[in-house]
Amino acid sequence: MSFQPTFDASEIEDLLNGKRGGEHPSLMSVLEEVQARYRYLPQDALILISESMGVPLSQTYGVATFYNAFSLKPKGRHVINVCTGTACMVRGAKKVLERISDRLGIQPGETTEDGQFTLETVNCLGACALGPVVVADGAYSGEVTGAKANALLSKVMAEAKTV
Amino acid sequence: MTIVRTPEELENLKEKLVASSDPDRPRVSVCCGTGCRVLGSMDVIEAFRTELGSRGLGNEIGIVGTGCHGFCEKGPVVVLKPSGIFYQRVGVDDVAEIVSESLLNGAVIDRLIYVDPASGARVIYEEDVPFYQKQQRLVLDLNGDIDPTNIEDYIAFGGYYGLSKALHQMRPEKVVEEVTQSGLRGRGGAGFPAGLKWSLCREAKGDTKYIICNADEGDPGAYMDRSIMEGNPHRVLEGMIIGAYAIGAHEGYVYIRNEYPLAVENLRIAITQAEEYGLLGQNILGSGFDLSIHIRPGSGAFVCGEETALMASIEDRIGEPRPRPPYPAVSGLWGKPTNINNVETWANVPIVIDRGREAYSQIGTDQSTGTKIFSLVGNINNTGLVEVPMGATLSEIVYDIGGGIPAEKDCKAVQLGGPSGGCVPKEHFDVPIDYESLQELGAIMGSGGMVVCDEDTCMVELARFFMDFVQQESCGKCVPCRLGTRAMLDVLTGITRGLGQEGDIEYLEELGRQITASSLCGLGQTASNPVLSTIRHFRDEYEVHIRDGRCLAHVCKSLILYSIDAEKCTGCGRCLRKCPAEAISGAKKEPHVIDQDKCVKCGTCLELCKFDAVVVE
Repeated sequence: MSFQPTFDASEIEDLLNGKRGGEHPSLMSVLEEVQARYRYLPQDALILISESMGVPLSQTYGVATFYNAFSLKPKGRHVINVCTGTACMVRGAKKVLERISDRLGIQPGETTEDGQFTLETVNCLGACALGPVVVADGAYSGEVTGAKANALLSKVMAEAKTV
Repeated sequence: MTIVRTPEELENLKEKLVASSDPDRPRVSVCCGTGCRVLGSMDVIEAFRTELGSRGLGNEIGIVGTGCHGFCEKGPVVVLKPSGIFYQRVGVDDVAEIVSESLLNGAVIDRLIYVDPASGARVIYEEDVPFYQKQQRLVLDLNGDIDPTNIEDYIAFGGYYGLSKALHQMRPEKVVEEVTQSGLRGRGGAGFPAGLKWSLCREAKGDTKYIICNADEGDPGAYMDRSIMEGNPHRVLEGMIIGAYAIGAHEGYVYIRNEYPLAVENLRIAITQAEEYGLLGQNILGSGFDLSIHIRPGSGAFVCGEETALMASIEDRIGEPRPRPPYPAVSGLWGKPTNINNVETWANVPIVIDRGREAYSQIGTDQSTGTKIFSLVGNINNTGLVEVPMGATLSEIVYDIGGGIPAEKDCKAVQLGGPSGGCVPKEHFDVPIDYESLQELGAIMGSGGMVVCDEDTCMVELARFFMDFVQQESCGKCVPCRLGTRAMLDVLTGITRGLGQEGDIEYLEELGRQITASSLCGLGQTASNPVLSTIRHFRDEYEVHIRDGRCLAHVCKSLILYSIDAEKCTGCGRCLRKCPAEAISGAKKEPHVIDQDKCVKCGTCLELCKFDAVVVE
C-alpha cells in the first residue's frame, strides 16, 4: 500500500489521452482507473474528465455516486471487506462483521479517522464454499469465525503500525 | 498459432491436437477456480512444477490448471489422469508424496481420499464421488479437463464445431429455428424461450444490431456463471458468435461483474485467442461473417443485472432501468435492436447446435429442456456447483449430491433465486425442479442460487436480510421500490428486534402485493418474494417472534438471552477473559455469571466454552 497520492492533473490527462482513439471511449473505465490510482475520485479529476470527454459534469457526478465501486472520499490504506452474501450470512457473517465493526469503531462503508482502515461489505464474492469470507487488502480468508476475525484484525493492525 | 479458415481446417486442427496428445500420458489436473485458489491451489500447482522439474519428469507428466470443478467444499481438488484418482484438500506438503507414490507407483494416499459424509465410504476415483455421480454435466463437462487459457484445449474436445456447423451448414433463420425447437429457455431467471427472443431481434428493423452477454451475476450465493467463464470461456464466446450470426449482429458486449477478476481475465484471454485463430473478428471461419466482442466490467450495482439498466450502464450512464416496451429486441443498446442472454444460456447454445435440437430436448422435462446449474451453498456438506437435468428434485440435490446437512442438524428449507426468489420447505423437496413447479410453490428458478437453511436459520431474519439487500440496491427511480421496500424493511427489522405488533404480517402481505404490482422493473417486482414466501411457509415463525417475543433459531439478538449453566461451568475463566463487554464475572473455579445489562450478545462465550455451559434461550 502506498501513501495517499496527491492529485496530479497531468496524470489524468495522460490517462485520458491513452484512452482516446478507441471505438467507445468509456467514462466508467476512466473513472475506474482514477479510483484505483487515488482510492477516490477527487473533485478536480471529475471536472477535468468531464471537460476532456465532453460529458456533462452532472452525468459524471451521477455515475460517480451511483456505483458502489466509486467513492468521493478517500478510502483507507487498508480495506477490509466482509462478504455478506446469503451463504456467508447463514454461516455467521453477521457476527464477523459486528466483531470487526466494534473493534475498528466504524460502521460498514466508513473509514477510521486516521485514514488507516475502511470497512466494506460486498454482496457476494462467489466463494460460497468458504463462507464466511473476509478479504483484507485483497487477501481472502475463508471460514472466518469471530475469533478468527479478531486474529486477522490484529495482524492487519500490526502491519499498519510497522509501515 | 493457426488461422482457421474453413470447417476442414478446424477438423484438421482438432485431429492434429488429439493425435499429439496421448490419452494415456499421466497428468495432474488441479482446480484453479476462485474457491480452490483461496485455499492455495496456485501454490499446489507451483509445487508440482518444482517437484516434477527436479525429478526430470517435466515432459513425461503434464500439469493442467483447470477452471472450477465445482466441488469447492473440498478444495484444493487434484485429479490424477488417466487413472482418475481424486484427492481433496491437497496442500503443498502433499505434492512430493503424490508424485512419488501415486504418479510413479500408482499407490493411493489414504489421507487425501474423499470420505462420503453420508455413508462413511472411502472414495478413490473421481467418477465414484457421489457429488458428481448424480449430476449430468452438459455445460460444465470440460471444466476439469481443459486449461481455460488455452483455446487448443477447447478445440481438441470439439470446441467451435457448433459454430462451424452454424456458419457453413445453416442459414441464420435455421439457427433461430433450431434453438426455438430445442426448447432452450433463458437461464437468467425468468425462463423466457431463447429462440423466441432471438427471432424478435432478428425480425426487428435496423442495420445495426447488438448482442449482449449478461454476466452481472449479482444474486448473493450464486456463482454458476463465474465458474463457466473461469473454466470454459470459449463456450460462452462460441454461443455468442452463433447467436450474433443468427440475429445479424456484428458487435457484442459482455457485461461482467468486477468482483470476478479471474473470470474477466480468462474471458479477455479467450477473446484474444479466438481472434488470433480466426474464430472471432473479421471473416469468421472463412464464412464472411464478422463479429467483435468487447468486455465491459460493471462497477458494483445489483440493479445492472436488469437488462435496461445494464444497457444504460454500457452507455456510460447511471444504471437505472426504464419501462418496457419498447423491449431491447426492438430498441436496446443506443436505441438499436439488441439481444441479451445470460452466461449459462449462451453456453448452452453450442451444445444445442452441435448435438441438434432433438438430442438436446430429450434432456430435462417437456416444458423445461436441458440442464440447470445450481450453486449449492449454505448449511450443506458438499458446497459446490451442481448441474442436473431439469426435473430433478430438491431432495436429490440436497441429500444425494449435497450429502445432507452438517452436524446432523435438520434441514428447514432451501432458498432459491436469491433476493428475487423464495424458499421451498422440506415438505416439498420431492417436487421436480422446473420453471413452472417452482413458481407454484412461490419460489423461482432464478439464476440458480440454492441456499440450504438448517434449523438454526431464522426465516424472519433471512427475509429481513434480503429486504435489506434489495433496499440498498434499489436504484430509487420508482416510488414503490424505493419507499415500499423501506417500509417493509422497517417492519421486518421491528419484528426481529422484538417490536413486532399484531397485524404486521398482514401489512407485509399487503405491501408486498402492491410493490409487486406497481414497480418499474424486475428488481422491485420480485423484491417481496422472499418475504411473501417465508410468510406462506413459515408463518408460525413470524407469529412466535411477534406474540411470544422469541426467536427459536436463536438468531435475533434482541430476542435471546445468554446465560451460564452453573452445574456445567468449571470456572476456567476462558469466557471471562475474552468477553468484549466485560459482562462475565466469577471467581476462579467457581461458576461464572453473565450480567444481562452489559451483555452485547456477541456469542464469544458460546464459541469459546469447552464445557457447553453457555446456554442461549
